[in-house]
This record gives sequence, structure tokens and C-alpha cells, in this order.
Amino acid sequence: MIRLVKRPQPSAAWSYGAPLLAVLATILAGGLLFFFLGKNPGEAIATIFWEPLFGEFAFFYRPQLLIKGAPLVLIAIGLSLGFKAGIWNIGAEGQYIIGALCGAGVALAMYPLNVFWLFPAMVLAGALGGWAWAMIPALLKTRFGTNEILVSLMLVYVAEQFLASMSLGLMKNPEGFGFPGSRNLQQYPAAHNAEIIANTGLHWGVLAALISVIFAYVLLTRHRLGFSIRVTGDAPRAATFSGVSPKRLVIFCLGTSGALAGLAGLFEVAGPAGQVTIDFNVGYGFTAIIVAFLGRLHPVGILLAGGLMALTYIGGDIAQSQLGLPAAAIQIFQGMLLFFLLAIDVFTNYRLQIGRQEAA
Amino acid sequence: MTTPLIRLDGLTKAYPGVRANDDVSLEIAPSEIHALLGENGAGKSTLVKMIYGLVKPDSGNMTLAGAAYDPQEPRAARAAGVAMVFQHFSLFDALSVAENVALGMEDPPAMRDLSQRIKDVSETYGLPLNPSRRVGDLSAGERQRVEIIRCLLQDPKLLIMDEPTSVLTPQEVEILFQTLRKLSAEGTAILYISHKLEEIRTLCNSATILRGGKVVGKCNPRDATAREMAELMVGKGLSVPARSGKSHGLVALELERLSMPAPSNFGMPLRDISLQVRSGEVMGIGGVAGNGQDELLQALSGETRAPGKRIWLFGEDIGARGPRSRRAKGLLCAPEERLGHAAAPNMTLTENAMLTGSLRRGLERNGFLDWRAARNFAEEIIARFDVRTPGPNNAARALSGGNLQKFVVGREVLQDPKVLVVNQPTWGVDAAAAAAIRQALLDLAAAGGTVIVISQDLDELMEISDRFAALNEGRLSDPRDTAGLTIEEIGLMLGGAHGMEVAHV
Repeated sequence: MIRLVKRPQPSAAWSYGAPLLAVLATILAGGLLFFFLGKNPGEAIATIFWEPLFGEFAFFYRPQLLIKGAPLVLIAIGLSLGFKAGIWNIGAEGQYIIGALCGAGVALAMYPLNVFWLFPAMVLAGALGGWAWAMIPALLKTRFGTNEILVSLMLVYVAEQFLASMSLGLMKNPEGFGFPGSRNLQQYPAAHNAEIIANTGLHWGVLAALISVIFAYVLLTRHRLGFSIRVTGDAPRAATFSGVSPKRLVIFCLGTSGALAGLAGLFEVAGPAGQVTIDFNVGYGFTAIIVAFLGRLHPVGILLAGGLMALTYIGGDIAQSQLGLPAAAIQIFQGMLLFFLLAIDVFTNYRLQIGRQEAA
Repeated sequence: MTTPLIRLDGLTKAYPGVRANDDVSLEIAPSEIHALLGENGAGKSTLVKMIYGLVKPDSGNMTLAGAAYDPQEPRAARAAGVAMVFQHFSLFDALSVAENVALGMEDPPAMRDLSQRIKDVSETYGLPLNPSRRVGDLSAGERQRVEIIRCLLQDPKLLIMDEPTSVLTPQEVEILFQTLRKLSAEGTAILYISHKLEEIRTLCNSATILRGGKVVGKCNPRDATAREMAELMVGKGLSVPARSGKSHGLVALELERLSMPAPSNFGMPLRDISLQVRSGEVMGIGGVAGNGQDELLQALSGETRAPGKRIWLFGEDIGARGPRSRRAKGLLCAPEERLGHAAAPNMTLTENAMLTGSLRRGLERNGFLDWRAARNFAEEIIARFDVRTPGPNNAARALSGGNLQKFVVGREVLQDPKVLVVNQPTWGVDAAAAAAIRQALLDLAAAGGTVIVISQDLDELMEISDRFAALNEGRLSDPRDTAGLTIEEIGLMLGGAHGMEVAHV
């Protein structure tokens, strides 16, 4: 008989090894999947992982890596704080949309005023928008004990409707010949989240993501607030005993993750996307959940995981266009990554015991 | 005399380091309501577990209705007609009453028939219960009825009840007693475990008293006085130390008619608790588990906030203050539950030292944590309190219960508390370490600190406390000097018979 036995101590080796093993298992299982789809598995895997970094068109794909990775990391860092404390914000996608709408709204309201403070004001509005959207589940939870998972998730769909209404109505480009979508902020210099160094993909959002990684790292390892988050995740009663207020923690964690998701949305709408459109959001808020766990809820891990996820996105796109792999296969591939990680993660706290149970 | 229904003969059960039951014999006749009395750790639970087939005796034998009885497992015991209602319920909140009952049956009948039978039984025995209700919505008393009905459906000859009234309201107790009397009148024998002397005097017609695993007396509780039973239960061996009422300092902590609602369904409300504790004093609070000990500690630690003007620390109203603020002012607590409440199981000892020590040991500055200092603090605790562990980087859950207890108590003691509240300070700790912990508490008091010890160990309380009070159903008896306290008075305070009862005997 095979049984799982709890380890007296979490295994450090498994803790660090699990993400690597998960990536390996995903490559194997993914290869098998591609094989059954009639593709050469080696070629497909190489296209996904090699092509964007070192292939012929790497000069084009490498900046894309930063553009796709930055929002993932920024959102995932915020989510990881709550996840560590057992506070589940599943609605980052909605906070991302509202942040983008608020930030873009400031710019569109000011158009065509070119002042230096416009972009900082947009950043502030983006963060506030995401924060406010996350405060809805936070306040409902602390006041009425509602489940933040459901409320935050459902607010994503509300935000999507809101986005559709805005891009077809209030924020529609008056000079857009009736096409849906707002003015293009890339053509509005004071509002444009331009690349800091041309052709590198390095825009302000990438910088914000890196700063958030450093802040989260310091917070979690050196500050009492981060310690409170970790204790709450391990033993809520011990946290209360030590003096943590569970309600304040809910408000802080949801608020921070909402603000960071809102920032990510603002940087996207003012930069790579350029305008508010119906299909502006592409699921960063949901993928960031995978990134957060793939990075073991550790800031540095999230940075690496965000890069890896961006790689599979871009590599997946290449594989779709070059090898004709269906989009669903790429999504399965990404899903497998989280699946294997969570499965292998069990061995951090448990070990396998094969053989009969000792007589009690 | 009728032949006994069940007869235990010389039952002995030893665990490493302790003889839980030593040559215990007793008989219960049909229709008899037999009380099993004893303090915590007297061996009551072990004894009934042997009867119910959960534990195998080392020696001795049992006969049930004249035939040899040696149940290998609870199923065999149930088949033989022995049923038991545990102190802690094993019910699923999300399921209905009938579904819960069905889960406990060998081959449950169709749900509709079962519901009908539950209704019949509940009407016959005056236990109002709707079989289709969700267990999660039921009160503690109603949940207990589910357990009782689950037993009654097996038509038991012997029904064992383990401290059934500890979670009940007085009205629910009255209903339960009527049911038990009715069962007894129909010939069912009942083995009734309790500490509550008055309860036993009203309900039971014979009693066996255990102390230290041995039968120390048998009596008819209707004839015996509560004093006699208390004396037997507590034992004359209880050493009452000659701690004179030495003069103490100022009032350090004062509770003034503190009442708090129960924090959960199984919690106990605190009722009108008043208490004054002075500097240099050790206050002992005794009582049976579940009578408000946890709730009192949480009210003092600040985990649950009290209304204003109820809790005073050195003359300052601290009722609305949180745990950190109270700690800063010198009020420290060590909860009973070590893993999950006093310590975070998956965190290292260093992190657990930080958990409560950050303020008073200067382990943080402007919110930033000094992990090197925390590690030093953890190492100091480990060295001073002889915590057996490879080092401060070990997770709390890797420590044995006794070692973690030493760590938790040591962590608070080494923070120079002005008032220290400990719940069960030596629970699960070996004798030498227990003595060391008690000595540390006494040293704290000698240095002018105030110590409140909440414990179920009477010997411990008598050894170290200057004054003693008992918690019962969330009420605190009037504190008495331990010096002049007689054994029967202690027993009466514990049993819930309040001051006036003493006048009668």
C-alpha cells in the first residue's frame, strides 16, 4: 500500500525542486500531447521555449517577453500577499480592467492637454481604481462575512460589462468614425507609457513590476506586516493571539493586490494596448494566479515564473502560427504547469511511504 | 439482589509512565444509574473506553449479562448492547439529523423509515428533534440528542454518557435527566460520568469514585453528602501548602463584573466575573475543562475585546485594547492550545519567538524585524527552559507537546511580564520540567509580578497559588486563600455548589 506521511519539517529540497520538476513534467506531458496531435514533440517544445529567446526573430520577441511578463509579475506579487494569508482574490482581472479605465479616463478627460503631471495622475488613478474595485469584496467580507473568492470573481464579469459600455459609449473616440474603442493614448505624448529605452520593451510597468518584487521581498522577510501575513496563513488563531487584526489584514491584502492589478491595467492601456477596447483584457489577471503559485508565492520566484509564463505565451503564439498547433493545446500546456506544480508540491510537506502500515 | 448487568473485575491498564486503571472493579445492575466520579486524569475515560472496546485492558475481565464480555472494537460492544455518547460530538454539520444517524448504523433502513423511527424515539423519550433539520443549525443540546437517539435506536442495555451536561443549558439538562430516568425505568442501565456533585446527587443511585486510576470509594449519592464525595474525589493526599497570606502589593489586574457572550456554539459565555489580583500574588483558577477557561484567557489576552470599564490593568481600563497594546503594558498570556494558538506549527522557533516577543524584547524597530535578535531570544528560551530541539530553526510542529509547552511558557516568562496569565502551564510536561515551570512562575511572583494560573490540576494549584477560585459554567467563585482552604471546600467550589451550599453541610 502507498501512503502519504506528513513530514515533521517541510522539506527545503522539495520546496525549491518542485517548480523545476513541474516544468519538466509539463514538458514531458505536453510533448506527449503534441505527439498525439501529430506534431513533432521536440520541435514543438523547442519552438515554445527556444524560439522567443534565441531564434531568428528573437530581437522582436525579447521585448515582447517584458511586455507580457510585467503585468503578470505585478499582479501576481499583489495576489501572493493575500494568498499567503489565506485571502483569495480571484478577481484581479476585474481590478485590472477598472484600473485601466480609471487611468485612461483621466487621460481622455484631459485630452489634448500636454502637461508633465498627467502620466503620474493616471498612474495614481489606475491604482486607486483597482484598489476601489477590490475594496468591494474586502468590505463585504469584513462587514458581512461574504466569501471573497465568489465576490471578487463575479466582479470580473461586472467589470467586463463596464469595459464594453465604456468603449462603446462614454470613452469612444469622437474622431473614430464610429468604430468602438477610445482614442489611442500612444498618440497622446503626455499620456503615453512609452518605452524608457527604445525597442527593449522596457516601459514604466516593467519598472513598477521590479520595484514591487523588491518591496514584497522586504515586506515579507523584514517587516512585521509581512510576518503577520505569514502567521495568518499558517495559524489564524496564533496570529490573532499575537495581535493581528484579521479584518485589517483582509483589507490590506485585497487593497494592495487590487491596486497593483489596477496599475498593471493602466500601464497596459497607456502603453502596449494604447486604447480602451471591448477585448482590452486578455486574462492577465487569471494567469497571474498561476504565476503566483508557480513562483511559490515568493517574490523572486514570481519574477522567474512571470518570465516563464510570458515565454510560454509568446512561444505558444509562435507554435500556433508556425506549426499549426491549436490554441486550446497551448492553454492545456499552461494549465498543466499549475496542475503539476500543485501535485508535486504535496511532497514538500508529505513523503511517500510504500508498504504496510505499522500495527497501531 | 438482582444479578448485575455488567461486572468489571480487576481491570488494569497501564500506559508508559502511568497506570491509568489499577485493579478497578464495579457492578452495575439493570435500571441502575451509576455515577463514575473523579478528577481529570483519574482514569474515568480509560475505564469507559475499555467497556466500549476502544482500549484493551492489560488484565482483568468483564462479564455482561452473565456471559464473558471482551469487545475487540466498538462495533462488538454495540452488538452486545453497550452504547456510548461522547463528550465531543461526531456529527456532520452539512447533513440532516436522519442522515447523520444513518451514517452511524451498520445497515441503515430507508431514509423515510429511519425518519419515522427517529420521530418515534424522540417522542417516546421526550427528546424533541426534527429528523430533517440540518445539524449545523442545531444547538449543542440538540446535537447531543442526535447522539443519544443514535444510541437509543440500537436498544442498548447499557448506555455510557461522558460528561453530557458540560455543553448544556440548565433547561436542556432537565430534559436530559427526564429522558435518562425514563430509560432507567425501562431497565436500561446508565453509566454516568461527571464532576458535578449536585447533578449526581439528583440523578444517580450509586456511585464509584476513582482517583489515580484506583477505586477509592463507592457510595449512594443520595445518602452521601457532597462533602464526603468531594473528599473522596480530591483525596486527602492533596498537599495543602502552608502559604500564609503574606502581604501583597497594589492591585495589578482587576476584573469588574465581566460578562462576554460565547464566541462559538461550543464556547462558554463568561458570566459576571469579578476578580482582583495583586502584585506578588499567584492566583489559581481551577475548574473542569470547558467551563470558560479558554474564553477567560482570550478576554485577558485581548483576542476578544471586552466592553469598557470591565478590565483594569494598574488602574487603566484596557478592555478595548488589542493584544499588542496589552503586551506593551505588561499583561502577557500563554494559551492552553500550543499548536495553532500559542504557536504557529509550520514556523520556526525563531519566528515563534518573534510572535509575541517582538515588543517587549525589542525585536522590532519601526515595524522592521530584527531576526538575529529573535534567534538569540529563541536560543535563550531553549537554554533556560531546557527545550529539547536541534535548534531554533526547527518548526514548532516538530517539537513534542511537552517541549513546545516549555517553549511557550518560557517565551512569556522571559519577557519580564507584570501580569502573566497561563492556561494549563504544565499540561503534558514531565515531572521535572513541570516543577521547573512552577518554580519559574513562583520566582516571577516573588519578584513582584502577578501570576494567574488556570489549571485543571488541583495539586498544582494548591502547590503554587496564594488564592484559589473555580470557574464553573463561565462563573468564577469567590476567591479564597488557599492557606485556610479545606479539601471539601475545594470540591464544592469545583462542583459548582456555591458558597451557600457550604452552610447546609
